[in-house]
Amino acid sequence: MASGVKPRVKVPKTAAVGDTITIKTLISHKMESGQRKDKEGNVIPRSIINRFTCDFNGENVVDVKMEPAISTNPYFEFEAKVPEAGEFKFTWYDDDGSVYETSKSIAISG
Amino acid sequence: MELTRRNAILMGTGALLIAGVPLRVSSATEDAIAAFTGGADVGVGDISLIAPEIAENGNTVPIEVASETAAEILVLATGNPTPGVAIFKFGPLSASRAASTRIRLAGTQDVVAIAKLEDGSFVQASSTVKVTIGGCGG
Repeated sequence: MASGVKPRVKVPKTAAVGDTITIKTLISHKMESGQRKDKEGNVIPRSIINRFTCDFNGENVVDVKMEPAISTNPYFEFEAKVPEAGEFKFTWYDDDGSVYETSKSIAISG
Repeated sequence: MELTRRNAILMGTGALLIAGVPLRVSSATEDAIAAFTGGADVGVGDISLIAPEIAENGNTVPIEVASETAAEILVLATGNPTPGVAIFKFGPLSASRAASTRIRLAGTQDVVAIAKLEDGSFVQASSTVKVTIGGCGG
């Protein structure tokens, strides 16, 4: 379990029906690539988040498969459609089996 | 030309340059592309890859991929120890088939994005990024 994993997402609080919104996500994670060596020359084992998904009311927005070439503290920015009020659910899957989740609700304006 | 030591060194350097340059596209990259496309032809078309020309730090290189009609986009870094970077799959609620993220690059190399379009064909775009400090440890 990587320590200090903290997901952060930025979603607008309100949107009009059918609007397109930009979502930004970042999760603090060291994303050890499995390529680096420690002082004794031993390879540090890989420990990364290998998958990220975003769903809205159960429907998929994006599903990203990640490799070690994704930077430390993986950041994603993408756009989503808002057909109704509801909740965005964000899920990150760690190599060690941990799953990090967060969600943000969005209301319909006007 | 008389074969002095200086001439011999010059010729040796020249031969190394000629032999070394064309080896950039690794077979691992080709394997990754084949695994994604299933051996189908990859054309050019509706895909854009935005990456900086020069990245000072290979640890975080911002990139953006976009393709109006893509179902999936594969990103590869051809010069990394393992070329795979990410596969973006766009669901029914994604407004634009675009995403941006930050990637690691081991050194100066080509970054390749291949999109699987909704009609099942594949298109690709690539961009050369010059990296001053590598990002894969060593």
